[in-house]
Amino acid sequence: MARWLARRLLLAALTVAIAITLAFFLMRLAPGDPLSRLGDERPMPAAELAGLRARYGLDQPLLSQYATFVVAATGGDFGRSIHYGRPVREIILDRLPASVLLGGGALLLTMLGGALLGAMQALRRDSPLDRTAGVVSLAAYATPSFWLGLVLAWLVGIEWRLLPVGGFRDPLLAPDAPWMTQVVDLLRHLALPLLTLTVVSIGAVMRYQRTAMLEALAQPFVAAARARGLSERRIRWRHALRTSLFPIVTLLGLWLPVLAAGSVFVESVFAWPGLGSLAAEAVGTRDYPLLMGVTLLVAVLVVLGGLLADLAYAALDPRVRPA
Amino acid sequence: MSPLLEVRDLRVTFPDRATGGVHPVDGVSFELARGETLALVGESGCGKSLSALALLRLVPPPGRIASGSAVVLDGTDVLALDDKSLRKVRGRRIAMIFQDPMTSLNPVFTVGDQITEVVHAHFKVPKQEARDRALKLLNEVGIPDAASRLDAYPHQLSGGMRQRVMIAIALAGEPELLIADEPTTALDVTVQAQILELLDQLRATHGMSMLLITHDLGIVAGRADRVAVMYAGQIVEQASTAALFAKPSHPYTQGLFASVPRLTGPVGHLMPIPGTVPPPSAWPSGCRFRTRCPIVHARSAEMPPMLQVGPEHSMRCWLAEDQQ
Ligand SMILES: Nc1ncnc2c1ncn2[C@@H]1O[C@H](COP(=O)(O)OP(=O)(O)OP(=O)(O)O)[C@@H](O)[C@H]1O
Ligand SMILES: [Mg+2]
Repeated sequence: MARWLARRLLLAALTVAIAITLAFFLMRLAPGDPLSRLGDERPMPAAELAGLRARYGLDQPLLSQYATFVVAATGGDFGRSIHYGRPVREIILDRLPASVLLGGGALLLTMLGGALLGAMQALRRDSPLDRTAGVVSLAAYATPSFWLGLVLAWLVGIEWRLLPVGGFRDPLLAPDAPWMTQVVDLLRHLALPLLTLTVVSIGAVMRYQRTAMLEALAQPFVAAARARGLSERRIRWRHALRTSLFPIVTLLGLWLPVLAAGSVFVESVFAWPGLGSLAAEAVGTRDYPLLMGVTLLVAVLVVLGGLLADLAYAALDPRVRPA
Repeated sequence: MSPLLEVRDLRVTFPDRATGGVHPVDGVSFELARGETLALVGESGCGKSLSALALLRLVPPPGRIASGSAVVLDGTDVLALDDKSLRKVRGRRIAMIFQDPMTSLNPVFTVGDQITEVVHAHFKVPKQEARDRALKLLNEVGIPDAASRLDAYPHQLSGGMRQRVMIAIALAGEPELLIADEPTTALDVTVQAQILELLDQLRATHGMSMLLITHDLGIVAGRADRVAVMYAGQIVEQASTAALFAKPSHPYTQGLFASVPRLTGPVGHLMPIPGTVPPPSAWPSGCRFRTRCPIVHARSAEMPPMLQVGPEHSMRCWLAEDQQ
C-alpha cells in the first residue's frame, strides 16, 4: 500500500511538472505578450515599455525565465498578476470557493443523478421512459453549454425574472444580513449556472450508466442471486448497481478538473467569479503568471482526479485493492 | 408416496424470426422422489440448463415457459405462484448450483456476506446467528480455516473453494431439492471428484433430492439413482442407473457411452456420435436424432413417443417397438 501510494505520488508530481513546463513554453510561443496591448489606449514611449518588460523579467532569455519560474513556484510563489497587480496565489484563492461550489455541485448532481437515471433506464429497458430519457440525454449531451446558459439566462432571468442572471451575490444585500438570507441569495445565484453545467454533463453519465447497468444485470451472479430467492430490490440496487459503477468512476476522475476548475463558458455567461472566467480573462490579457497559476491548479486537479478514481475503484472493487 | 417434484410437458419458447418461435426445451417430463438423485445427461446445447432454470422460473427473456407446462413441487404448482411465494421456493425449497463458480459469485461482496444474505432472505434470525450459520456451512463444505474465509472475497479463493462456497450458499436456505448444473466442468479433474463426493454426502446428510446435470455419463454411476438422457430439448431415454448402464438402448445414449473414455460397461459396436446438437431452429421433423443416428429407423420421419424398453426403462425411439 505504501509503495503503491509512493509510486502514484511520484507519477503525479512528474505529470504536473510536464504539464506546467509545456504550458510555460506554449504560452510564450503564442503571439503577443502581457504588455503588447498596453500601447493600445495611449501611445507609450519605448523606454517605458522596456522598463516594464525588465520589471516582469520578460526581457530575459526564455530558459532563464523558466528557471526563475520553477524556483519561485517550488517555494509556493507564483509571482504577481500583471493585469491585477496582486499576487497570483491570492487571486486564485479568492476565486476558488465559487469554483468549488459550482463545479463540486455540478459534479455531485451529475454523478448521482446520472447514475440513478441511467440505472432506472436500464431497469425499464425499451420502455417509453427509457426511450425518452435516451433522446433527452443525447440532446443534453449535444447542447453547447454557453448556448444553454444564454437561453436559460434570457428565459428564466430576463423574461420571467425568476432568478438573477449573473454574479455570485446580490450587490444590494447588506453584508450583515442574516445567514439564511445570504444562503438563499447564494443558491439563487448558483441555480442557473449549476443547472446549465449539470444538464450538459449528465447526458454522458446517463448513457454510460445505462450500458453498465444493463451489462451488470446480465451477469451470471444476478441470475444466481435470483435463484437464491433474494428480493428484486436487493438484486438491483445492491448486486447490480454496485458492480455497474466502475465506468462512471472513470468519468468522475476525468471530470473533476473540468468541473472543479469551472466551465469557462458557463462561468463567463453567468459572470460567475470562479477560476474558469479567471482563466478566460488571463488568456485574453496574456497574463503569464496568472495563467501559469491556473494551469498548475488544473494540472494538480487532473492528477488528483486520477488518484481519486483509483481510490474509488479500490473501494468499489476488492479485486483491484493493492494488497 | 407422491414425488417431491413432478415436471410435466415442460416447454420453453424463444421467439425466432424465421420460424416464429423455437422450443429449446420441448415437452420434458420427469419425477423426482424425496432423497432421490436424478441425473440429467446430454451434450452441450440439448437444453439441460434451460430445463433447470425453468424449474425456478428463471428462463432468460425473451424466453418463456409455454402454457401447458407444469412444475409441481410437493403439490404446489410453481408456475402459478406469485412473485412473493416464488421467492420462498427459490433458494429455500429448490436451490441451484451453477456451472461457473467464478461468475456466479458477486466479486465485490465477501463470501460471508453472500451466505448470510441468503440466510436473512429466508429466516428471521439476528445478524450474529446468520454469521454463525455461515461459518458452520463453510466448515461443512470442507473449507479449511473457515472463520477467516468468511471475510474473503471470491477472487481470493481457488476454483474448487469457490464451488464449495456456492454449495454453502445453496445449503443456506436448507432446500429440499438441490439442482447442480454441471457443478464440476469448470474445475480441475482432481477437484471434480472431491466436489461430487461432497455433494453426494451432503445430499445424504441433509436428506435432499438432487438433480445432477452433466454431459459426462462417467460421473453418473454410483451417484444417481436414475438417469434421464436429453437430446434436442427432449428426454430420449429414462431408466434406473443400473438398467441404463446394463442396457443403454437409444442410439444416442449408446453414442454417449461410446464417448466416455474410462467406461467399463458394455462395449462392442458402439461409436461416438459425429457432429453436434443442431440449434433448435434446425431440428428435423420426426425423430430429432435421425440426422445423426447410425441406424435411422424406417419410421423416423414420425416423432416417436416414449416407449417402454423394460421395467422403469423407456426411450423415445421406434426401435423399442421392434424389440418387443
Ligand atoms: N438466451 C437464449 N436465447 C436464445 N436461445 C437460447 C438462449 N439460451 C439457450 N438457448 C437455446 O437453448 C438451447 C439449449 O441451451 P442450454 O443452455 O439449456 O443447453 P445445455 O444443455 O445446458 O448445454 P451446455 O452443456 O452447453 O450447458 C441452446 O442450444 C440455445 O439454442
Ligand atoms: Mg448448461
